[in-house]
Amino acid sequence: MHQTKAFNYSVPYYAWLLLFVIAPVILLLFESFMDVHGNFTLNNYQTYFSSGTYIRMTFNSVFFAFMVTVITLAISYPMALIMSRLKHAQFWLMLVILPTWVNLLLKAYAFIGLFAKQGTLNEFLTFVGIGPQQIMFTDGAFMAVAAYVQIPFMIMPIFNSLVEIDQSLVNAARDLGASSAQTLRKVIIPLSMNGVRTGVQAVFIPTLSLFMITRLIGGNRVITLGTAIEEHFLVTQNWGMGSTIGIILIIAMAITMYLTRDRKQGGK
Amino acid sequence: MKHKAASLYLIFVFVVMYLPIFYLIFYSFNAGDYMNNFSGFSLEHYRTLFSDYRLMRILANTFIIALLSALFATLIGTFGALGIYHTRRRGTRNTLLSLNNILIVSPDVIIGASFLILFTLIGMKLGFLSVLLAHIAFSIPIVVLMVLPRLNEMNPALIDAAHDLGANDYQVLSQIVLPYAWPGILSGFFMAITYSLDDFAVTFFVTGNGFSTLSIEIYSRARQGIDLSINALSTLMFLVSLVLIVIYYFLSTYQQRGSKKKRTLGTAVR
Amino acid sequence: MKKLINLTLGISLAVALLLGFSWGMNRLENHQVKSDNAPNQKETLTIYNWGDYIDPAILKSFQKETGYRVNYETFDSNEAMYTKIKQGGTHYDVAIPSEYMVEKMRQDNLLMPLDHDKLSGLQHYNPAFLNEPFDPNNKYSVPYFWGTLGIVYNDKYVKPGSITSWNDLWQAQYRKQIMLIDSARDIMGMTLASSGQSVNTKNEAELAAAQGKLSSLMPNVKAIVADEIKTYMAQDEAALAVDYSGDAAEMMQQNKHLHYVVPEDGGNLWFDNMVIPKTVQNKKAAYAFINYMSRPEVAAQNAEYVGYATPNQDAMKLLPKSITQDKAWYPDQAVLDRLETYQNLGPDWTQRYNDYFLEFKMTNQ
Repeated sequence: MHQTKAFNYSVPYYAWLLLFVIAPVILLLFESFMDVHGNFTLNNYQTYFSSGTYIRMTFNSVFFAFMVTVITLAISYPMALIMSRLKHAQFWLMLVILPTWVNLLLKAYAFIGLFAKQGTLNEFLTFVGIGPQQIMFTDGAFMAVAAYVQIPFMIMPIFNSLVEIDQSLVNAARDLGASSAQTLRKVIIPLSMNGVRTGVQAVFIPTLSLFMITRLIGGNRVITLGTAIEEHFLVTQNWGMGSTIGIILIIAMAITMYLTRDRKQGGK
Repeated sequence: MKHKAASLYLIFVFVVMYLPIFYLIFYSFNAGDYMNNFSGFSLEHYRTLFSDYRLMRILANTFIIALLSALFATLIGTFGALGIYHTRRRGTRNTLLSLNNILIVSPDVIIGASFLILFTLIGMKLGFLSVLLAHIAFSIPIVVLMVLPRLNEMNPALIDAAHDLGANDYQVLSQIVLPYAWPGILSGFFMAITYSLDDFAVTFFVTGNGFSTLSIEIYSRARQGIDLSINALSTLMFLVSLVLIVIYYFLSTYQQRGSKKKRTLGTAVR
Repeated sequence: MKKLINLTLGISLAVALLLGFSWGMNRLENHQVKSDNAPNQKETLTIYNWGDYIDPAILKSFQKETGYRVNYETFDSNEAMYTKIKQGGTHYDVAIPSEYMVEKMRQDNLLMPLDHDKLSGLQHYNPAFLNEPFDPNNKYSVPYFWGTLGIVYNDKYVKPGSITSWNDLWQAQYRKQIMLIDSARDIMGMTLASSGQSVNTKNEAELAAAQGKLSSLMPNVKAIVADEIKTYMAQDEAALAVDYSGDAAEMMQQNKHLHYVVPEDGGNLWFDNMVIPKTVQNKKAAYAFINYMSRPEVAAQNAEYVGYATPNQDAMKLLPKSITQDKAWYPDQAVLDRLETYQNLGPDWTQRYNDYFLEFKMTNQ
């Protein structure tokens, strides 16, 4: 009975799906079979799969998205765990979100100031006696900034699943003689898997199409699919090729979703 | 000892997260004109900012769009997540989820261009409304993504029990489901604000007739070099947000203290 | 549910406050430019321009004098602007595209022809900058600013005077020292110019050869970036950069070790131009604006604010000699003669240039 009710509430959502997701995707699919002159063609897909350039780009995108996700997760999980045990947890969570409200381009420029040859970080390195390093335009700098951008999106869902873990379960594990490492491995981590899964999806998927940071911080040393789409839509105005890559990204997303799906699903 | 290590880690991550922000704020007080070579303290950029009424109006627009779009996206997304949650068939469910995430994976230019085509196709005048609709549209999936796991963690026995006790659907929704999902809803809301404040490409394509947001202004200034009054503006935005969060925090703890009894009761039921 | 309702109420309140604030700012803004005796009250003019590419004081004085209320909208790339104008849904009375985009828009019927009888300031412009190939007889456009593509070097790392040609970039001593602007047309163009070919070539063999030559530059390339190149160069991040004169002016203000050279083997001459797009709603206001911007004193004021070179020769007389006699900003006619403006290559060749550039960017270093 309540099922139908919830369905009614969800009508705006399905309308949104239809109008802002399905319609654009059909448009995109349509466009991906067009050449620059507006004629039907399969060339875009052929170009994509036969040119080493695009395959390499795809590999780059997946690789860097994977690395960024791993780094983000490694930083975020302990963070979420510590925060979830703090007294004013929600307040700390807000402090995690707050930096994301400052414009990304501005923050990127701030990173240039921090990482540059004569930037703050290098001054510090010189001060402690290591001496200045080339930080800008390295894979490390690029991944660090990308992870920086994504951390709040990872912390949030993990935090939300951690705060709800019943403390009595943790206590029970302790009472039964489990060490804190064992409790973490056997109780806390399995119970927070839902949050981890959401976090991985919220980070990995958008990172696949990242482009601005690859240029600003990475100096275009790494070319991802996002860069190529940007170029096709804005510079060459070859919307056909851009759409083709877009479709491929959507497929990659669906695969990601499949791989990170909740295997023991079905209402519990 | 362990506690200390945890605190250190917490402090370290927070310092890193706020480092670029403090850098921006620091240079908003620079007497010079650029984000390097600090040449002395000055409030000159704040003076420029306050006499730039156009920028102030754009700032107000930006927040109006962010708040409204986040609100609508939260409402639609939350009930959308409920809809997905109630979908029993696994295949349908996964398809819905994949559709949901399409806007998250699509680069902004694609979303912007296709929304522009969509809006002009239905003959909509570009401006405030088209920007608002677009922002609602691209914020919905992140709300769903934040709310759905909370729903999945909910114990269905809870709902059944409530029904058995004679609660109607509305009561179940408002007394049990929504309160349980609240942290997820709130996360979704804040993430929606983040998406809205940060978006450049989509807004650029669907705006028009004199309507502009802060992101558009910042990005289109990049060719000439972004001046420090933008830093000053971001500093103010940051401080205002911080104050709002602190106020919210005190309000909610105050409220919580009032309803503590009810909460302990709720935990007992669970 | 209660929380959700509270949230809704709270936001409604905040939005109401913000609307009030916005309304107040609008009032103040109007008040600032109001003048009771000006004509055309309540009419608006919408300008579509790059961000911060006009002295705001000029906009104010224009509104005071004419009474038009100016809507200033901004874009960040020619192509993005093109898409917006082509798709419609919004009105722009004046836009400021670059030269190749003027040609493209002209070919795609997106521009209104200019009625020269209604233009009052054309005589102030340097004839050398009128009647360019992208717009014969200035049928559709009036130049706004112009500039060149050249090399910026930092005298801490590069001996002054040692850079005279594009080919100097290929020297082994500049390993990992060069920053390039992220633009297929400009980088392919400078490579073509370095071999004495046209920046508009449609010769496949020449292009392929240029791509080969460009790939051999990769060991010297430190990064390929866009607008942020100014910040990098100002902070001594690299010794050399291939960039536009406008960017160069901007970064040289920040770092006195930087210098700008227009290589003697040719290259690109660019223009940003005022046009009236097909989306125009207030033609009278558009002409009024173009004429206002053509006034020597206004053009000079704008050039001083923006820091780019003005095509208005009467305005040049009003600018300080230190600027107008600087060869980096206002090169000799002999140098100008070797420079070419970009032509619209059409979709196929644009794609070809971009594919080559993309391949170059993917070159393993």
